[in-house]
Amino acid sequence: MKIAVLSGKGGTGKTLVSVNLATVAKSSTYIDCDVEEPNGHLFFKPTILAEKDVSVKIPKLNPKLCTGCRRCVDFCKFNALAIINNKPIIFDEVCHSCGGCVLVCPEKAFSEIDKSIGKVQMGKSGNVDIYTGILNIGEATGIPIISNLLSNKQDTLDKPVIIDCPPGSSCIVMESIKDADYCVLVAEPTLFGVHNLNMVYELVTLFKKPFGVVLNKCLDGDNPAELFCIEKNIKILAHIPFDPELGKLNSEANIVVKHSDKYHNLFSSLLEKIITEVANEATTNS
Amino acid sequence: MKQLLILSGKGGTGKTTIASAFIKLGSIKTYADCDVDAPNLHLITKWETEPQKADYYGLQKAYIDKEVCIKCDQCVLNCRFGAIEAGDFYKVNTYSCEGCSVCEYVCPTGAITMRPSVDGEMMLYSEKDEVFSTAQLKMGSGTSGLLVTEVKKRMKSASTNTNLAIIDGSPGIGCPVIASLNGADMVLIVAEPSISGINDMERIILTAKHFDMKIAVCINKYDINLENSQKIEDFCKAENLPFVGKIPYDSNAVKAVNNGQTIVDVDCISGTAVKSVYEKTINLLLN
Amino acid sequence: MKIAIPVIDKNLNSSVDASFGRTNYFMFYDTSTKESVFVENSAKNNPGGAGIKAAQTIADNGANALIAVRLGQNAANVLQNAEIKIYKATDGSAKDNIDALIANNLSTLSDFHKGFHGRN
Repeated sequence: MKIAVLSGKGGTGKTLVSVNLATVAKSSTYIDCDVEEPNGHLFFKPTILAEKDVSVKIPKLNPKLCTGCRRCVDFCKFNALAIINNKPIIFDEVCHSCGGCVLVCPEKAFSEIDKSIGKVQMGKSGNVDIYTGILNIGEATGIPIISNLLSNKQDTLDKPVIIDCPPGSSCIVMESIKDADYCVLVAEPTLFGVHNLNMVYELVTLFKKPFGVVLNKCLDGDNPAELFCIEKNIKILAHIPFDPELGKLNSEANIVVKHSDKYHNLFSSLLEKIITEVANEATTNS
Repeated sequence: MKQLLILSGKGGTGKTTIASAFIKLGSIKTYADCDVDAPNLHLITKWETEPQKADYYGLQKAYIDKEVCIKCDQCVLNCRFGAIEAGDFYKVNTYSCEGCSVCEYVCPTGAITMRPSVDGEMMLYSEKDEVFSTAQLKMGSGTSGLLVTEVKKRMKSASTNTNLAIIDGSPGIGCPVIASLNGADMVLIVAEPSISGINDMERIILTAKHFDMKIAVCINKYDINLENSQKIEDFCKAENLPFVGKIPYDSNAVKAVNNGQTIVDVDCISGTAVKSVYEKTINLLLN
Repeated sequence: MKIAIPVIDKNLNSSVDASFGRTNYFMFYDTSTKESVFVENSAKNNPGGAGIKAAQTIADNGANALIAVRLGQNAANVLQNAEIKIYKATDGSAKDNIDALIANNLSTLSDFHKGFHGRN
């Protein structure tokens, strides 16, 4: 069972929810897809078992075969090639690895080499297997890292996979939720939060993913996010109160369910609820 | 016209809350929201007029004419992004398509063409001498660096003001952030006193240092964790970065924002604290 | 000598565009004929690699020098490969900058920023 945790807005509590859900399960896999700013590892402090480079293909020119015809420069939609004195120059970081220049060169002057854009770390902390994707600073897209993170992960009802997604609703978020069985949308009770909740609501609806909302940092008084859910008939899975004690534990990168029975119960119930929802979806669709 | 950019690294630290307070305090007439993925500033700056809207075009995307397609699979085999869906009719998944046009090149029947793709919408609000430029990136889009540049360009062209512009930035350290840094005279980093927040603050400061501009730091919600707040202040001292103040967590801030008001429109502790942060920041910028 | 400058309008009195990769036009001024040619910047609306493409335009038009407010590293690489000298723009119009360069009053530009990469 793959559970993706996302929110339109940053700072609503995706990592809080993902890390704690992964911890209350008897056994689980946690995948940090926020490859620009991964934070899950700060909480788990995992023992790193392995590290793998993630690379993309970039073109390499054999200057002896090049006739300076410019077809590669003219073809490249990303402007990753320039030509000076009949010699093409390649700009790695701008290259999208589409392989176009290799195809269009009439002299077959291009071959491809690997370039590392980041890495995937595999680790373990207690009952949780942890996969962290880290994009090198300056690299543009994290999509190849996310694809790598999400492939071949052991996934059973007994060992759920929790995917901590990047904020927003851009293509890296889409990549992260592509294979999810269920999406948990984390929302905060502010006007800004609702506006961004609406964006991810549209996203999960477009992808036809079953989903529910966790309301975080709940205060007394009107909760615009709650009103939104009621209006749109969206299932509310849990309310996490705004709690200075929780805030402090979280700000010290502590996993709150390990320090508080109250929150252990809250997150255990949340996990059970999600499992029930996924099972219901399965029966409804079979 | 000087540009003050507000950034944070981590999301949810309070950029927009602070930016809107600054705009109110300084009666700023020129401002922009460069968080094009998840813009929020328009929710708190009450505009009654409709904005001028314009489509934002990103890279062209591939389109398959099913009448001409012979299902030879060349496009599927050559697409590096898994963007072609084979089936009864071959279709391009526009969310995965990166616009490289390799499929157009390899297609033997010319069934594939590249078509303009609207990746977002730009909005320009203006009335008398006040200008607000913002945009919304469409779901699943990329290429937001260019959109940020466009948002700022439109703000500058429409503005008659020669004093100060405030730019509400986006989280992260990627292209939209780099694009917003370009042309700014000063960046105010809003830090959050959590381990994640400090981690991300350090990354954004590293990024900002590449540009020739003043950098200042403030802490929002500082009392969530006093030790971490102290760590941030110590870091600033060690790095020789001006520390312009700290703002306490304030549930009244949430209430104000939910009513579409800034924290300086109501009487609250965060509103009081932000005034001092504003004064110190502006002082640094103008001297 | 052929001098290139990114300009906002197609005339000698135009101000220098602070953005190189996304300027509207490039002015190419020939110091011997005193003629200026204006070329549209085809990179202006490219989501990525604008600096590279703009630099290609400068090289393709046979410029010997470029005057710019700032420049990204990638664009600088293209120009340096083509042995085009890069100067830092001063206040004033394009004409003011050309005069300053001819009088040897402009310093070289050597601090290049990382660029925007143009990808999500």
